[in-house]
Amino acid sequence: MSGKHTLIDLSPGEAVAARAIALRYGNKPDALLEILHDLQEELGFIPEAALPALAKALNLSRAEVHGVVSFYHDYRRAPAGRHVIKVCRAEACQSMKGNELAALIERSLNITFGQTTADGAITVEATYCLGNCALAPAIMVDDKLIGRVDQAKFEKIAAECKA
Amino acid sequence: MIRVYVPRDSAARSVGADEVAAEIAKLADVQVIRNGSRGLLWLEPMIEVETAEGRIAYGPVGVEDVASLASSGFLTGGAHKLRLGNIEDHPYLKNQERLTFARCGITDPVSVDDYVAHGGFEGLKKSLALSGAAIVAEVAESGLRGRGGAGFPTGIKWKTVHDARAEQKYICCNADEGDSGTFADRMVMEGDPLMLVEGMTIAGIAVGATKGYAYIRSEYPDAIATMKQAISAAVAANWLGDNIQGTDKSFHLEVRRGAGAYICGEETAMLESLEGKRGMVRPKPPIPALEGLFGKPTVINNVLSFAAVPYILAKGGTAYKNYGMGRSRGTLPFQLAGNIKQGGLVEKAFGITLRQLVEGFGGGTFTGHPIRAIQVGGPLGAYVPVSQLDLPMDYESFAANGAMVGHGGIVVFDDSVDMAAQARFAMEFCAIESCGKCTPCRIGSTRGVEVIDRIVAGVERERNLELLTDLCQTMTDGSLCAMGGLTPMPVLSAVRHFAEDFDKPVQIAAE
Ligand SMILES: Cc1cc2nc3c(=O)[nH]c(=O)nc-3n(C[C@H](O)[C@H](O)[C@H](O)COP(=O)(O)O)c2cc1C
Ligand code: SF4
Ligand code: FES
Repeated sequence: MSGKHTLIDLSPGEAVAARAIALRYGNKPDALLEILHDLQEELGFIPEAALPALAKALNLSRAEVHGVVSFYHDYRRAPAGRHVIKVCRAEACQSMKGNELAALIERSLNITFGQTTADGAITVEATYCLGNCALAPAIMVDDKLIGRVDQAKFEKIAAECKA
Repeated sequence: MIRVYVPRDSAARSVGADEVAAEIAKLADVQVIRNGSRGLLWLEPMIEVETAEGRIAYGPVGVEDVASLASSGFLTGGAHKLRLGNIEDHPYLKNQERLTFARCGITDPVSVDDYVAHGGFEGLKKSLALSGAAIVAEVAESGLRGRGGAGFPTGIKWKTVHDARAEQKYICCNADEGDSGTFADRMVMEGDPLMLVEGMTIAGIAVGATKGYAYIRSEYPDAIATMKQAISAAVAANWLGDNIQGTDKSFHLEVRRGAGAYICGEETAMLESLEGKRGMVRPKPPIPALEGLFGKPTVINNVLSFAAVPYILAKGGTAYKNYGMGRSRGTLPFQLAGNIKQGGLVEKAFGITLRQLVEGFGGGTFTGHPIRAIQVGGPLGAYVPVSQLDLPMDYESFAANGAMVGHGGIVVFDDSVDMAAQARFAMEFCAIESCGKCTPCRIGSTRGVEVIDRIVAGVERERNLELLTDLCQTMTDGSLCAMGGLTPMPVLSAVRHFAEDFDKPVQIAAE
């Protein structure tokens, strides 16, 4: 994906990937969220070049596809770090010093929510409830839920992500 | 082979269940079974060993404990400091009334054989021999009300869809479970997903729908994977798909992932999302029961509503109705969360008090400090003060006190909580998650944050408190859905019950 910054690159690879996934869902417009999830799993984000390809395959307008991508918090318009850490900011985690944990995480990684560490290892994002409210505070590292997170646990996870 | 159960529930995994399972699997003559969680979450990872005296539990078990467990003879139920005894005798479990969660934690969640051996598909078997109207009547008789929050009678909803005439009808399960403090839907999907498959299939047969969708939030990757496994297993055993168990009844079920939008838990926003669109709330009427998914008659229910149905069909609506109080019939799986010593899932008949739940089952706060506030019913629910701990959990009693039962999530806060900060968060959350359709919700919530900031900063407190009340009134009156309409509930409950937190000496920031 090194060519995506050059002006003349039309990123055909990304459009091809988008078309292939859409076809897997029978080019059905109601499957758009699923298609976008799969595309993001494959490419790490939703590239601009995929939008017109998807619009065409699903017989939607480009504005409709764009509207969906921008509405949902999950879809990323730019690549994330190698690991994504989602930190629960909701009430049950707040009751267990979740705000302090969030601040500690920002300090420890030297970034704020929504950003990626300079070494490209970790993107940290805010989320609202991971369904682990009895073992708060909770975070999710890629697809793995972690409960009862404290400083020691977090530092260990961060080190593993950076390794 | 000795059977050892180690939960695959994501809460158990979040504190090391996978590592414990792998370590135990290394022992000789052991078969590790990954069950659902029993819901005693503070004891996770909680393992169980099958012995002649029943299933003996140990917990919370760390990987480092496995060696000492083995030398203590845990495989025959030997003594150890983590030994909890026969799990069925544990007071936390014994004192519950588990109708919906009867199987969760006992079986292998994706084994059809296990499910059937523990009473699974009894309700569907009966339904296959009944008319749609008779199934609907049984559900109506049970008094079941929607468990997603609004408490609408499920029987009435199903009857509307049953009576509607259309070539295609749909069953949609709302598994968006966005409320903080709730995880019962997740536990069903990870611990007993075939029960949800069965409940939705019964709904399909009842109203004449052949296609269903389970809309599961993307924050639940384990639930999504387990549901997909359960669906495949049910299809392979002919409990789902074409000509179920050789009858002329067919029902097809598909999982769809959400994409991180709280508002998609609102049923019409969920329908838009299922159609591949932005999650914008639809005005009602038309009601989804008549014009729902793709404009067709649609049953939309919460996971727990569908999950209650197999019991109701197997044992009869009256058996279910015999639990509960007033117009709140049956049981509710309460979720004890936040700053609580013994957090977990407690299924009880309606009518149990908040005190019995948080002090009795929950054992008070995790920190050992006094309880100060309890948010019941998710981010749109009220903050209940300690003076109301004796309120019975019942839709009407809570409503009469300016609160709501909602999806049964109970989040405990100790005396370190700052209620002005909690009120501010309620407004902030509404601003983040608003679908943007109505001005009072979209703009009002942002204004709400600013007004609370001014109150906390000591700027014209009286006037700004009045402004906050007016703003809440505007949001209540002028919002299309409960996102904007109910955000005032946590905000005003904080102001009403914890006024002192809005009247503290101003902190001078020291830079
Ligand atoms: C902002 C908002 C979020 C909601 N989130 C959920 C949810 O996550 N799960 C759910 O079942 N119902 C949720 N609801 C309620 C649904 O709109 C709907 O009432 C429910 O799914 C109907 O099913 P039931 O009758 O079985 O409760 C939400 C409502 C609102 C206004
Ligand atoms: S109240 Fe808020 S979330 Fe609900 S429809 Fe209006 S803008 Fe959307
Ligand atoms: S509130 Fe953090 S996991 Fe539910």
